[in-house]
Amino acid sequence: MSPLHRCPPGPKLATLALAGTGLMFVTNPFAMLDFLALTLLGFHVAGFGGARIWRQIRPMLWMLAVLFLVQGGLAGWTLAALIVARLLTLMLLASLVTLTTRTEDLIATLERLLTPLAPLGVNPAKVGLAVSLALRFLPVIAEEAERVREAQAARGLGTHPLALILPLIVRVLKAAEEVAEAIEARSGHDDGPALSR
Amino acid sequence: MQPQVKWGNPMTVSSIAASSLRLQGAAGSPLPSLPAAATTIEISDVFHGFDGREVLRGLCVTLTQRRIGIVGANGSGKSTFARLLNGLLLPARGKVRIDGLDPARDLRAVRRKVGFVFQNPDTQIVLPTVEEDIAFGLKGHKSGAADRAAKVTEILDRFGLADLRQAPAHRLSGGQKQLLAIAGVLITAPDCIVFDEPTTLLDLRNARRVGQVIADLTQTAIVVTHDLPLLAGFDRVLVFDQGRIVADDEPGPALRAYVERMT
Ligand SMILES: Nc1ncnc2c1ncn2[C@@H]1O[C@H](COP(=O)(O)OP(=O)(O)OP(=O)(O)O)[C@@H](O)[C@H]1O
Ligand SMILES: [Mg+2]
Repeated sequence: MSPLHRCPPGPKLATLALAGTGLMFVTNPFAMLDFLALTLLGFHVAGFGGARIWRQIRPMLWMLAVLFLVQGGLAGWTLAALIVARLLTLMLLASLVTLTTRTEDLIATLERLLTPLAPLGVNPAKVGLAVSLALRFLPVIAEEAERVREAQAARGLGTHPLALILPLIVRVLKAAEEVAEAIEARSGHDDGPALSR
Repeated sequence: MQPQVKWGNPMTVSSIAASSLRLQGAAGSPLPSLPAAATTIEISDVFHGFDGREVLRGLCVTLTQRRIGIVGANGSGKSTFARLLNGLLLPARGKVRIDGLDPARDLRAVRRKVGFVFQNPDTQIVLPTVEEDIAFGLKGHKSGAADRAAKVTEILDRFGLADLRQAPAHRLSGGQKQLLAIAGVLITAPDCIVFDEPTTLLDLRNARRVGQVIADLTQTAIVVTHDLPLLAGFDRVLVFDQGRIVADDEPGPALRAYVERMT
């Protein structure tokens, strides 16, 4: 157990939220690289090696590559590099938080933080579930993207962002419908997650 | 083939005989995971359609056995029928009663009574790790965290998934995922579990494994499938065709009727 594993979810989530906004104001690509290095140092402190880091990066590689090309073509390569580095840093930081925190603790903290907002109509349990679902399905969506890309490569189609995204959206929407139904079927137990429509 | 357990009443089953054999529901059972009797499902004059097209046309059937199979061509209405049984879908017309409960009025009680396992395990595993997903159905229960953890441990052991407790769910094999999905439903201790094509995406070995898990259940199991060997040893098989039940018998004769129809 590294110090990062032992750290309660609150401060980790706060850091992530801070980075999420703060990094938007970093406009110097080299400064951004410093933050990226700092994040990688975090992985080291948590006891994760290069292979683990690579496993986090690999599924987003295609998306980052597409983003880099589109941004580079539209707005210049320096800006593209900055945006990609920013996104990569944030994604790695988010992975680091999730890798070193049990999801259950993460969700519990989140739900506690949101409780004061309940009078405003925010349902902490629902937000918690939404976040858990996002965490659960990000890797699934990344794999789906990879499958769509492979299927297209097998048919000799080049990789055009739209050609990748459209079938992916179709698949994800279909999956979302099935997931909603599965949740509904498992809900409604005593005072269990009462999320039925 | 593994030896199959023959459950329940071996008599030749017709819906008339079945309704006269109406068993007591398990509502007051002290051990919810070991229901005293099979769940009684009554369907009368049920019609349902989508976009003006009739998919279920006047179904009338009473189910009281512990192992019930449902077969039929693609689009014959099997999944639509299955969804009626735990209130995922309410019929446009007609009556559905689960141990006397009306899903339109007692949705929670019906959901507690009837679990549902879908075809694709990838979309029914909703939380990131194995143990969290299994515990999902218990979320918010009055039982304490320790009690919940004990239930999770028990079920993981029973399904041979103990080593994978902390594993990310998406790393499991297809067969392990389907077992996890079943475990996630079983932990809520339903009296009856509806399976909609539980083995379609599995290889032969995993399909057999899921088949054995179903055979070993103490609960009532209603299994929609195209995997006919899965139904060996069942008490009763319904054959669907264009929204109607066209055969209803023991597996042997029912499946023969089905195969004849399809060829
Ligand atoms: N939500 C829906 N909206 C519109 N049409 C639907 C919906 N669900 C089912 N249908 C239609 O109802 C008919 C019966 O579908 P159902 O899924 O019950 O068939 P099935 O017997 O389960 O078939 P399969 O063996 O392919 O799973 C099909 O024609 C299907 O297209
Ligand atoms: Mg179906």
